[in-house]
Amino acid sequence: MTTPTHVVSAGVDLFADAVAAQAVDVTRVDWRPPLPGTEADLAAVVGDPRRHAANERAVAAMLGVTARLVDVAPASEVLGLQRGQFLHAGPPITWDRASGPMRGALMGGAALEGLVTDPEDAVALFESGSGVELEPCHHRRTVGPMAGVVTPSMWMFVLEDTTTGARTHCSLNEGLGKVLRYGAYGPDVLTRLGWMRDVLGPLLQSAVRSVRDSTGPVDVTGILTQMLQMGDEAHNRNRAGTLMMLRDLAPAMVASGRDSTDVAEALRFIGSNDHFFLNLAMPACKLALDAARDIDGSTMVVAMARNGTDFGIQVSGTGNEWFTGPAQVADGLYLGDFGPEDANPDIGDSAITETAGIGGFAMATAPAIVRLVGGSVPDALATTRRMHEITLEENPRWTVPVLEFQGVPTGIDVTLVCRTGILPQINTGMAGAKAGVGQVGAGLVNPPLEIFPKALTRLAERARVARVD
Amino acid sequence: MNTLSHVELRPGAYADSVTLLQVSRAVQGLNGVLAAQVAMATGLNVEVLTEMGFEVPPDATTNDLVVALRLADASALEAALAGVERALKDANRRESGPSELAAPRTTASALRRAPEGLALISVPGASALVEAMDALDAGHDVMIFSDNVPLDQELTLKRTATERGLLVMGPDCGTAVVGGLGLGFANTVEPGPVGIVAASGTGCQQLLALLDHAGVGVTSALGVGGRDLSAEVRGLSTREALRRLDADPAVELIVVVSKPPAKEVATELRAYSDGLDTPVELALLGAGRPDLTAATERVLTRLGREVPTWPVTGKATAATSGQFLRGLFVGGTLCDEAMLIASSVLGPVRSNIPLSPELALGADLTAADHTMVDFGDDALTAGRAHPMIDATLRLDHLARAAADETTAVILLDVVLGHGSEPDPAALLGPAIAAVRQPVVVALVGTDADPQGLEGQVRALVAAGAEVHLSNAGATRRAIELMKGQS
Repeated sequence: MTTPTHVVSAGVDLFADAVAAQAVDVTRVDWRPPLPGTEADLAAVVGDPRRHAANERAVAAMLGVTARLVDVAPASEVLGLQRGQFLHAGPPITWDRASGPMRGALMGGAALEGLVTDPEDAVALFESGSGVELEPCHHRRTVGPMAGVVTPSMWMFVLEDTTTGARTHCSLNEGLGKVLRYGAYGPDVLTRLGWMRDVLGPLLQSAVRSVRDSTGPVDVTGILTQMLQMGDEAHNRNRAGTLMMLRDLAPAMVASGRDSTDVAEALRFIGSNDHFFLNLAMPACKLALDAARDIDGSTMVVAMARNGTDFGIQVSGTGNEWFTGPAQVADGLYLGDFGPEDANPDIGDSAITETAGIGGFAMATAPAIVRLVGGSVPDALATTRRMHEITLEENPRWTVPVLEFQGVPTGIDVTLVCRTGILPQINTGMAGAKAGVGQVGAGLVNPPLEIFPKALTRLAERARVARVD
Repeated sequence: MNTLSHVELRPGAYADSVTLLQVSRAVQGLNGVLAAQVAMATGLNVEVLTEMGFEVPPDATTNDLVVALRLADASALEAALAGVERALKDANRRESGPSELAAPRTTASALRRAPEGLALISVPGASALVEAMDALDAGHDVMIFSDNVPLDQELTLKRTATERGLLVMGPDCGTAVVGGLGLGFANTVEPGPVGIVAASGTGCQQLLALLDHAGVGVTSALGVGGRDLSAEVRGLSTREALRRLDADPAVELIVVVSKPPAKEVATELRAYSDGLDTPVELALLGAGRPDLTAATERVLTRLGREVPTWPVTGKATAATSGQFLRGLFVGGTLCDEAMLIASSVLGPVRSNIPLSPELALGADLTAADHTMVDFGDDALTAGRAHPMIDATLRLDHLARAAADETTAVILLDVVLGHGSEPDPAALLGPAIAAVRQPVVVALVGTDADPQGLEGQVRALVAAGAEVHLSNAGATRRAIELMKGQS
């Protein structure tokens, strides 16, 4: 047998020393015990004969998706959302457990739909529960940033994987500050939402359809590839992506024949909203991750989402079950006079970007915003590298120039999180804890640790059953 | 005396047992420190700490690091704690290099950085499958030194490896030589015509040492773990190891070292061996079968080599008191072999790895009988370093055996090689010199081993021991020295 040229040693350092003493290179694993009490479940899941191939399939399915912008249309049409039905971010929640910003956004949404005239009157409506239904966006192939409230009249981006015909949806981004998704519901907020419904939505529909029918639908996944090389991580920085989208849609908007004042206003609105593209990045990530769902034996996380009260994850090999724990308050910088006591716990479906390997996972590619979330450039490089410890693959399309074009860390593996204790790193905006306040800051946040052992236990149960069958 | 006991828990801190042994030793050497133990709070370590008189908080878990200090007085505490920090930092110094890359946290991550690597796993048994599976998933062979790995997990690993044409050495594989590279506790040998498949680590090391003395080299010695030829595992790794050695043109003769396998497994093994191009010699250690030295002699004869006289240095004098033989071993197979030989002459031998269940020793490992103890057994290594690394437990029992007036002769093994204690003779020498009974040592090693065979022999002889290269020879000599036997 040939002499090994390299040895990887996990465990007793003495044996690594002995190999090094024989002039053979050694890579030492910085091994530490797994999360307390997870050993037996880890052995059952890692020893599951289905796991390796299942994860390969999940990763391949995810990486095989190309998301294209095929339509813009009201939620009532594309999601079949009825009057009184509300979608929201994160795992399922009821009004009595909903946080301030979630309540504020629902109240604003009720007023937008004309269920109440004064948003304050919606409190009684939601308390009574009559004629209103709450459902997670994720249950309708949709994602929503922050509160993520979607009502029937809101216009939605429709993204499609043209190979499979699978689709996902997301509302149009309102901008920063006092906006519905951060829980604000004042007259300005409702006026803006009215303009988006009456002017922006129809205009975007005609432009998107025109582009789709002439040069082909805009390749959102392709824009993501480019913007990651331009300093965007596609969660808290979407500037390059927004401008590229504008570049692709502006000619069709101008040529739409609509009122030129409206077109100018729409172009100004999109161009001045650095986060406009976030609502395209998110459904593109969800489209990719949805392709990896429901693969028996796979330990890959397919959704991370927060409703302002609970943080939940879904895993490919455990169907639609949510594993939840208390959402954490982000650590970061505050706007104006706001401080940590004003911040609501983590909220929004936008952690779908991290689930897909960008956002906080691609922090290394966005040094321009590390200060916004309270970090440094070396922290950003270390964060992206650390996320490779808990992921299955590197994305060959989405790469980070400063890391020698290494692909972003892709496919969070529940077993690797439990083995290393390293938690997914999420970049996020912070909503005010009180309904109506709006955004108070931005920062870094992690999921609650306990949800990963919970998911692991369910995977282990399924692995043991599969083995007996 | 106004002594102070200080016990603190550090949740989430972790270092391996060997590192912590070094840390404990360093702290014990500090001024004002009467006793020090820095260890993970495993059940066994908590027991040890309790025996030492420390009170460990009941909420301690195996993921907590315990720092336990007994100090001459309170003024020594600050310096002692600083010493603990320094020793822990020194032990971890490799982690902070000039490289900006943090060390990989899993075997999978390490193999992505080193795609040509062979994996060597020595984490605690409960986590061994997870790390080893990383290697198999990435298409690499793996050696698992870890013991206390559940049987179903061993089967999972070996079935996976078999499907993918990969080799799992172990679990509980103490020794391997892969294409000349020694892994675990391996002796340094020249390459040569022999290939070994070993279900026994120290059995393999005995063969390596004897063949080396006879001038015959070994290209590869592939450990498969003590359970591989059991009725459950059915030789999954043995077959893959045989296939690899058969494919190696440098190997002229393959030797399989094991306890006798289950009957149907033996039949399968013979059938598989007969289908290979390379001849296979089965060295199966058991009652009424050739010992390892005799098996080595058969190998030499088959290769057409001369059988040398196995070296003996020093001369012990016959026992003058006592009636029992006490064997204290670090090598399980060496202990087993000694029991097989001794029981055929002296009658039943009590042991923690008994030849039959009724001969089992209690937890104190002593009996008013002939006794042989394997300090490398799983039950004695859970949460503690192997006795080839940490001699403390055996030294303690050596002193007890010497103080026991019923002890007639003491038989020890010393195993050299990579990974073992750097100077075992320096630790054992003073202890042996203090023993009034005759002491016979089986010293398993080669001239090229890091400890140096010759220097170790000299030091042990100087301490009063009679030193043999052959464990079977040492055992027969110990029996001969027993009162009334010679």
